[in-house]
Amino acid sequence: MSVTLRDVDHVAKLANLSFSDEEKQTLVGELNAILDYMEQLNELDTSNVDPLSHVIELSNVFRDDELKPGLSREEALRNAPQRSEKFFKVPKVLGDR
Amino acid sequence: MKLNDAYEPVIGLEVHAQLLTASKAFCSCSTQFGVEPNSNVCPVCLGMPGTLPVLNRNLVEFIIRMGLATGCSITPRSVFARKNYFYPDLPKGYQISQFDLPLCTGGSVEIDLDDGSRKTIRLTRIHMEEDAGKSIHDIDVDTLVDVNRCGVPLIEIVSEPDMRSPREAYLFLTRIRQLVTYLGICDGNMEEGSLRADANISVRRKGTTPFGTKTEVKNMNSFRYVERALEFEINRQIQVLTEGGTVAQETLLWDANLGVAIPMRSKEEAHDYRYFPDPDLVPVLVEEAWTGRIRESMPELPTVRRDRFESTLGLPRYDADVLTAEKETADYFEDTLQELTNQTGRDRKDLAKPVSNWVMTDILRVMGERKLAIGQVPISPVRLAGMIRLILDGTISGTIAKELFEEMLGSDEDPESIVERKGLVQVSDHGVLSAAIQEVLDNSPDQVRKYINGSDKVFGFFVGQTMKKLQGKGNPSVINELLRKKLDGLKSA
Repeated sequence: MSVTLRDVDHVAKLANLSFSDEEKQTLVGELNAILDYMEQLNELDTSNVDPLSHVIELSNVFRDDELKPGLSREEALRNAPQRSEKFFKVPKVLGDR
Repeated sequence: MKLNDAYEPVIGLEVHAQLLTASKAFCSCSTQFGVEPNSNVCPVCLGMPGTLPVLNRNLVEFIIRMGLATGCSITPRSVFARKNYFYPDLPKGYQISQFDLPLCTGGSVEIDLDDGSRKTIRLTRIHMEEDAGKSIHDIDVDTLVDVNRCGVPLIEIVSEPDMRSPREAYLFLTRIRQLVTYLGICDGNMEEGSLRADANISVRRKGTTPFGTKTEVKNMNSFRYVERALEFEINRQIQVLTEGGTVAQETLLWDANLGVAIPMRSKEEAHDYRYFPDPDLVPVLVEEAWTGRIRESMPELPTVRRDRFESTLGLPRYDADVLTAEKETADYFEDTLQELTNQTGRDRKDLAKPVSNWVMTDILRVMGERKLAIGQVPISPVRLAGMIRLILDGTISGTIAKELFEEMLGSDEDPESIVERKGLVQVSDHGVLSAAIQEVLDNSPDQVRKYINGSDKVFGFFVGQTMKKLQGKGNPSVINELLRKKLDGLKSA
């Protein structure tokens, strides 16, 4: 498996990142190096190993369905780069989800 | 709109139900609808760095209820996943959902088709996820974001592509709504967005097996629109095919004002969500003991209740369907029936139909006219039972009962005391009734002659006139009996 320029473009777009052509070339090299390194794992037989989703052996951590005070609106909006009286404000969204 | 008979639609639905928990899925903020923007928020649902989500136990309880009600397998070890996409109303940049290990799989619901037959619609899965916030595009030049709904718990119910008409999709959705409201896990309000449906639609030539290319239609935010939106999209696809074209796989948004489904501007990457297990949330293990406890606490399911109304109470299928459509109506009916059984000591089976008649016609009529929920109707089950008892024991006539019913809507007075105060007691005294009848006959010599000459039709006229003279308070069966005796006496004389 090797990463191409197209893959880098695709992943960059999904991550909302933009790179210069030079940076993209560097990333192609770096991503391929990382994948090659991971290839070493293929030396192991994992056919009898369950996929690991969590590194800690914990399960069923719940909270009761109770209300606790959160932040006031003023506090919530305080760090927003742009706001109106009651809302967060972002540049007009044109595309759909 | 008429669907082309040569083609058959294939429809699958994804239904999102907003759960009736007090707090959000992963934080202790309120889920209350319609409050001031950005007032139910905290660092967790605002997606602040360094915060950790903690799962609301009731979310798991609620989805298990739905899973058991639809015969799903409950996954012993279930995992949350991150669904990654950028949108301003999703502060974290991902939605917490489930991917390859949803909590419920399989299962099915039954729908009652209009021809009286039943059809099974299979479910693929039911999983847990969190809602996104709300973006408002039309009150400012910029987009405004309200985070209140972020993190409100949802279950997504995914059906198999088993529906073959918009009507079936509507019936499926109605059944899902009935189930979630019976289970008390969702208020089922589509207009307020508590229940949302997206559809996957394709069409194929009748008699062929392979599915056509499917499209997804979103934003069908009322029961009324679901059938219309599906019909629109099915017709559009059929038209494309009959003109020799091919259906493009795309997502469309239903526009209720224009009555059309409009393709979303979609980028090719749009569906690359890069799901992966959420490391912040530990797996959910559900053991048999837990599901067993939940199963025991479940209310009677609507279809089971409907069948019981038919089989053990002897109600017609139509009555059983109408009464069990909403849990509150069925509860009201059963409370009234229980109360009437207690008051009269008679067999429930004999009382069920009279109670059903009053609930289905008069109570439901009042609810419709005054836009009330059944709990808001001013006549409680105890008072309605009291009124029906007065009819059954002959204290009042059916005609008077209608008058009494209207009277009861305006006050919380006992039916008995209204009857006493207004002098509505039915007159069964033979002397009084005979006198009234005699007066009617004396005043209607023409009609009497007709009766003697063999016209039985005028009999009703005499009953009506006598009842009128008694202001509706005469006992109809005694009047009938006395009148018949008197007229037949004249005939043979």
